[in-house]
Amino acid sequence: MALSEKDVQYVAKLARLEVTDQEVAKYTQQLANILEYVEQLNKLDTANVEPLTHPLDVKNVFREDKVQPSLTQQEVLSNGPEVQSGHFRVPKIM
Amino acid sequence: MEYEPVIGLEVHCELKTATKLFCGCRTTFGNEANTQVCPLCLGLPGTLPVMNQKAVEYAVKIGLALNCTIAKYSKMDRKNYYYPDLPKAYQISQYDKPLNYGGHLDIVTKEGTKRIGVTRAHLEEDAGKLVHAGGKAGRLDSSDYSLADYNRGGIPLVEIVSEPDLRSADEAYAYLTALKNILLYIDVSDCNMEEGSLRCDANVSIRPKGTEKFGTRTEIKNMNSFKFAKQAIEYEIKRQAALLDKGERVVQESRLWDVTENKTKTMRSKEEAHDYRYFPEPDLVPIILSEEYVQNIRKSLPELPSAKRARFVSQYGLSDYDGGVLTSEQVLADWFETGAKHTKNAKGLANWIMGDMAAKMKEQEKELKDLKFDQKKLCELVDLIEAGTINSKQAKEVFAEMFDLGVSPAEVVKSRGMAQVSDPKAIETAVDKVLAENPSVVADYKGGKQGVIGFLVGKVMQASQGKANPKLVNEILKKKLDA
Repeated sequence: MALSEKDVQYVAKLARLEVTDQEVAKYTQQLANILEYVEQLNKLDTANVEPLTHPLDVKNVFREDKVQPSLTQQEVLSNGPEVQSGHFRVPKIM
Repeated sequence: MEYEPVIGLEVHCELKTATKLFCGCRTTFGNEANTQVCPLCLGLPGTLPVMNQKAVEYAVKIGLALNCTIAKYSKMDRKNYYYPDLPKAYQISQYDKPLNYGGHLDIVTKEGTKRIGVTRAHLEEDAGKLVHAGGKAGRLDSSDYSLADYNRGGIPLVEIVSEPDLRSADEAYAYLTALKNILLYIDVSDCNMEEGSLRCDANVSIRPKGTEKFGTRTEIKNMNSFKFAKQAIEYEIKRQAALLDKGERVVQESRLWDVTENKTKTMRSKEEAHDYRYFPEPDLVPIILSEEYVQNIRKSLPELPSAKRARFVSQYGLSDYDGGVLTSEQVLADWFETGAKHTKNAKGLANWIMGDMAAKMKEQEKELKDLKFDQKKLCELVDLIEAGTINSKQAKEVFAEMFDLGVSPAEVVKSRGMAQVSDPKAIETAVDKVLAENPSVVADYKGGKQGVIGFLVGKVMQASQGKANPKLVNEILKKKLDA
């Protein structure tokens, strides 16, 4: 599978990462290598293998609907770079 | 040109669990911002979600009530997007293995009952709440910044997606009403639209009548009441039709319903199309429900509105329409049914509930729990009419007094001396007196002017102060005159 620099720029944008042109070139190569390596799996015949969605053979891990203590508002907001009247203040969205 | 609208609805329903979907934080509405938040809600490193079993149970209840297949194998997925209402930058939802799929819901339209497909009903977490501030207050497009409250983030939601089977704004309204009614019956959500526990988006397109191919659709968001949903869909259908009539195209986009201007508006389109890059949630294991588990939930379901309605029709001899009205709310259905035990005339009881009682309740903005009288008293009234003790005009007066003061109808009849006179002897005496006092009218009647009997009936009624049974008066008068 060929990976283009455009793909890398697109993925970086989705992840809100700023990347320089040099980095794009470098990551394109590195990511291409990774994909190529994983690509080997496609050689296997998996026609009769159930897709695996979780590596653990565990199901239905549930908890009771019981209230546990939350953090205090002060604790919640303590990592917020900008805080206003009990809320996180974030830049305008649109 | 004449167009046919094609509408599909997505309804988000907040489940009334005590805690969030993946952590033990409370789900109480209206508490101070960011006080029902834990490290998991904030997406802090090292936290792991654990599924709330009550949420799974409620979601399965919804699936069963909507006639869905409950998945033998279901899993959670990550839906990735950056938005400040989502601290993790992904929402845990369900993608290709929803808990419930392939169901349906019957709605009542002018043309009769119509079956609307339910594509899926899946489990997911709610996002936090943003308040857009600064600039023109509250307006997304002109705010300077937003304030984020994560109390709502992580509350369990079931997203119910309909097939594009709806063909008008009225049908969409009927679907929403029927769906809300079911959710309330099975007691899984408060369905309080003002508090956002029920939210609705609509996909709307139109196509020339008689054609099959779907037109380009728009998605309408921000419809926070069923009334607004209906208005928004009506507006959008007209807007799209006007575009097509002018030879223009409908652009696929998300639009917001603007309550103040009564129109849908383009939400400024995102820089790129959504690319959610769904993948299986590695922090949660699959949900594999046994047949027994599903059966137990099925057994716990109450009688659903459609079944109750059918039963009301057959058991109480109501019309299908009346059955629909009385089962439109569970409390109303229960009120009627408790009452039906106290009278043989359930149909009469139903008529009073849907007629005078509903009208007065609406007029005085009262709910069932505010009523000053109970079903027994209303049944007393129904029986008094049935027995011929009072006529329908008197009944209205008695009802009004019972409604306002909570008094028993039998007492009102007694204290006001209202009892209708159905004693033939007493009526005969009154009739004889009227005939003797009006010889010329009697002569007219005998001369062929049979219409004057109305005058005589009136006289007898007057003499009895309106208490005589009019039917009997008529009969006795006729008998005497024709003799």
